Amino acid sequence: MAGILASIVDGLLVGAVYGLAAMGITLIWGVMNVVNLTHGALIVAGMFALYIATSALGVPPYLALPPIFVAGFLFGLLLYWIAVHRMIGRPPLMSLLSTFSVNLVLIGLGTAVWGTRLFNVAVTLPGVSWNRYTFPGTHILAAGLTALLAGLLYLFLYRTRIGKAIRAVADNREAAELVGIPTTRVLSLAFALGSALAGVSGMLIGTMFPFTVLSGDAYQLKSFVVTALGGLGNPTGALLGGIALGLIEGLATPFMPVSWTLVIEFGLFVAALILFPRGIFALRRW
Amino acid sequence: MSASGTDRAADARTILRRPFFWLIGVVIAAFLWPALNGDVELRESLLLAAVYITLASNLNIMLGYCGYINFGSIVFFGLGGYICVYLMSAHGWPLPAAALASGIAVSCLALVFGLGILRLRGAFFALSTIGVNEAVQAFVSNFEPWGGSAGIYLSTELFQPLGGPARALWIIYFLLVAVMGLSLYLSYAIKSSKFGLGLLAIGQNEDAAAVLGVPTPLFKAIAYSASAFLPAVAGGLYFFKSAFIQPSDAFDLTLSTEAIVIVMLGGQGTIAGPALGAYLYEELRGWLLTSETFANFQLVLAGALLLIIVLFAPGGLMRWIHARWPRLRNVLE
Amino acid sequence: MLRGKLAAAAVALGVLAAAPALAADDEITIGMTLSQTGPLNVDSVAQMRGAEMWRDEVNAAGGIKAGDKRYKVRFVSYDDQSQGGRVQQLYTRLIVQDKAQFLFSPYSSGLTGTAAVISEQYGKIMVITGGAEPKTYELGNKDLFQVITSADHYLSGAVDALHAKNPKAAVAFVYSDDPFSKAVVSAAREQAAEAGLKIVLDEAYPPNTTDFSAIVNKIIGAQADALLGGGHYPDGATLARQLYDQKANLKWATILVAPGNEEFATLGPAALGISVPSQWESQAVYKPDFGPTGAEFAKAFKAKFNLEADYHSASGYTGGAILQHAIEQAGSIEPEKVAAALNGTDVTTFFGRVKFATEAKRHGLQLAHEMVLAQWQNKDGKLAREIVWPKSAQTAELLYPLH
Repeated sequence: MAGILASIVDGLLVGAVYGLAAMGITLIWGVMNVVNLTHGALIVAGMFALYIATSALGVPPYLALPPIFVAGFLFGLLLYWIAVHRMIGRPPLMSLLSTFSVNLVLIGLGTAVWGTRLFNVAVTLPGVSWNRYTFPGTHILAAGLTALLAGLLYLFLYRTRIGKAIRAVADNREAAELVGIPTTRVLSLAFALGSALAGVSGMLIGTMFPFTVLSGDAYQLKSFVVTALGGLGNPTGALLGGIALGLIEGLATPFMPVSWTLVIEFGLFVAALILFPRGIFALRRW
Repeated sequence: MSASGTDRAADARTILRRPFFWLIGVVIAAFLWPALNGDVELRESLLLAAVYITLASNLNIMLGYCGYINFGSIVFFGLGGYICVYLMSAHGWPLPAAALASGIAVSCLALVFGLGILRLRGAFFALSTIGVNEAVQAFVSNFEPWGGSAGIYLSTELFQPLGGPARALWIIYFLLVAVMGLSLYLSYAIKSSKFGLGLLAIGQNEDAAAVLGVPTPLFKAIAYSASAFLPAVAGGLYFFKSAFIQPSDAFDLTLSTEAIVIVMLGGQGTIAGPALGAYLYEELRGWLLTSETFANFQLVLAGALLLIIVLFAPGGLMRWIHARWPRLRNVLE
Repeated sequence: MLRGKLAAAAVALGVLAAAPALAADDEITIGMTLSQTGPLNVDSVAQMRGAEMWRDEVNAAGGIKAGDKRYKVRFVSYDDQSQGGRVQQLYTRLIVQDKAQFLFSPYSSGLTGTAAVISEQYGKIMVITGGAEPKTYELGNKDLFQVITSADHYLSGAVDALHAKNPKAAVAFVYSDDPFSKAVVSAAREQAAEAGLKIVLDEAYPPNTTDFSAIVNKIIGAQADALLGGGHYPDGATLARQLYDQKANLKWATILVAPGNEEFATLGPAALGISVPSQWESQAVYKPDFGPTGAEFAKAFKAKFNLEADYHSASGYTGGAILQHAIEQAGSIEPEKVAAALNGTDVTTFFGRVKFATEAKRHGLQLAHEMVLAQWQNKDGKLAREIVWPKSAQTAELLYPLH
């Protein structure tokens, strides 16, 4: 019984970070109907940025968050203008291809430079112990920071002018243009924001687990699953979807052989898509 | 001579007159070239190219005609491979029967799955196809009768009915080329039929098509199921030839992503497009892999090249060709 | 006088004419694929470096001596991208186009199984330094030769060591759901049961698992004393770290592959006490029948690549050395003669003893080579691997319990 509770808590904690990763994807997808296949590479970039910050520059791990956010943002802007801008309005398949090819380039460069060596950022934080189980401090802090960022994102989208502009463009781009919103700038901003979120989620994951250049793939896939659960273009839904995924992973393990976890995960995923096409947590649009 | 007889003869003459038909013939002849000089190495590269063309052409039915992105199309290939290999190794079925059975079984499964996920649109459908692939892979990894995650090894005895390993490889190659040819023909047959017209209408605007009387759910389901048949047969042939199948190879998502790239590269919705794209892509990757200078950077270069094509020649190669040489529109579809 | 000079000139000319023929460089081509990209990259490249070092040493010494000819060694290699689909095409190319006379295996059991199909079809000898799974050898082959210990012996040392310290230990088997790890654990499970150890958990996790929290909780819940398992690279390291972060406080943990790598030290305190079955460690003191000692090999490798040698590089080197030895014994490069020489091989190199099974039902399986158990310990304030088992090869005492 204690084991099950422990796994539920663990699932919630890690799931929150899955949600953060997915927020990046769902924002971009919802606003400009672009499937960002560079998402995985951005997550890895966040991980490596953390590594470089802590080992080469001696920055304490969590202090690296704001600079990594900014770096992710700037990088996202660059990506937008190179690969995405010309694809707006074209069939969504084209943006798929362009982001996919950038992903190839980034992962290829990463492999050429770092191979697929393992990197680890050792973070010592006291954890919380209960019964025989311990909840690592890194997981708790990551979940906490995720909640904070999610809250900030919500405030940004609903309480600032730019945030409202983003939502307007997501709702109806032509109408937004007619009203005088500089759509291109807004789109680039949204994309950059999504990239920054991906980068930061990578950084947080880097505080919790060891990683290689190829680690982004698994998280990109999870982000897609979470997006489906949470509803497209719905950041709150993404967070809830991430937590749900973490819960599923945590709950499945005590009850069945671990090798069946993935079958359950993807089976539920497909079922959820079919039964709740707007996402289980799409309580209201935006 | 009866009226229908004249009609049929006229039909045959019309087909023979279409230049595209001859083009497919030339392509197939090119693939048969290694048989003339026994060039085994060329056969191996062309075999991979034939597999890619098969996957891409069939993917095109959903992607290019209906406008539905199938990220996980590789699941047909992998399942077909598993069913064929299992029937041959555990139940002693001969190759043609096993390959055909796997094709039929996978199309039926696709029909069942399709009825569920084809209700989804756009991005949701795309995501669900990934889910299907991953769920199937996870399931097969746990399924002991199919070797679980260790996979199935085929013993060399299974090649004896075909005349030994060396001869068997040639036979499988020709069968795969035939499957490729059938895939190209299927693309063409669908496109020039009323069914295909319905699919294209769905691709343009699904709701309008439904309003105009196109039975969209039925057509989509048939298209999805049809696009599963030949890849499954190809999977059976391919994994039999490899004498070894394991889940991580059979359900490798990168292969279906490559298939999407190939269709887009060549020109989705066209018939020659996937074939052209597959051939070019294979050649490019193969060259990058074996060239000393580029071996380390092959991913980077492949990505960069793709990006340039996507940015500056969107709509794929075929659209670009059509735009520059409008006359070819009739010849190369 | 003139005739003498003419004669001398004629002899001189004759020698000059014959000299190029005597100095002609005969070559043998060895083909292989390596995983330059993809997840198997690290260990595959390490294996390749070992092989390259052997090739350069052999060529510097004038080549392999076969009878009265000397053959220089030429490698032809391609990137298999860690993908089975490419392996068969590339090995066919190596044999048919590049005319490779001998082959080395790719890295990893999965890729080796695929490659073996091609090498057997063409009757080429393949020296296997990267594929431990025994199934490949049970399908009836004639030309496969496995230099490394096969998967079913990987954990025997660990089980013995654990039993020696605590005959009543509760063991958890938690391992990756892939052919190699499953083969390792299936043998270890039997061995543990026979030794009277209690098995409290036995689970395979999906190979690309990124988060082991729930699994670690399961281990804690099962009240295991010892953990045996893991899989390959990132998963093994992540498991080790999470065991530490979640204070699993196991008394013993043996994890496959990952802790055998230098970078495992980046886990810091999480690495302490973790043991790994290793094909070879630089402190191993086998007395070689020929070739360098372990220390000499490690030193030369460090000098050449500025990297520490690990067991992948050692096995890559040894593959070449064993092939060379067989060719020299056979006195020719003809496949049948070399295969016969390999079948009769029973030698000890710095890597350990090498002897191949010759019965048809498991031809090529490695019979004599043994794993050592290495454990990460604190040595003068730094983390380093020490050999803790078997006792005959020990360089440090086994640390038990870990906490």
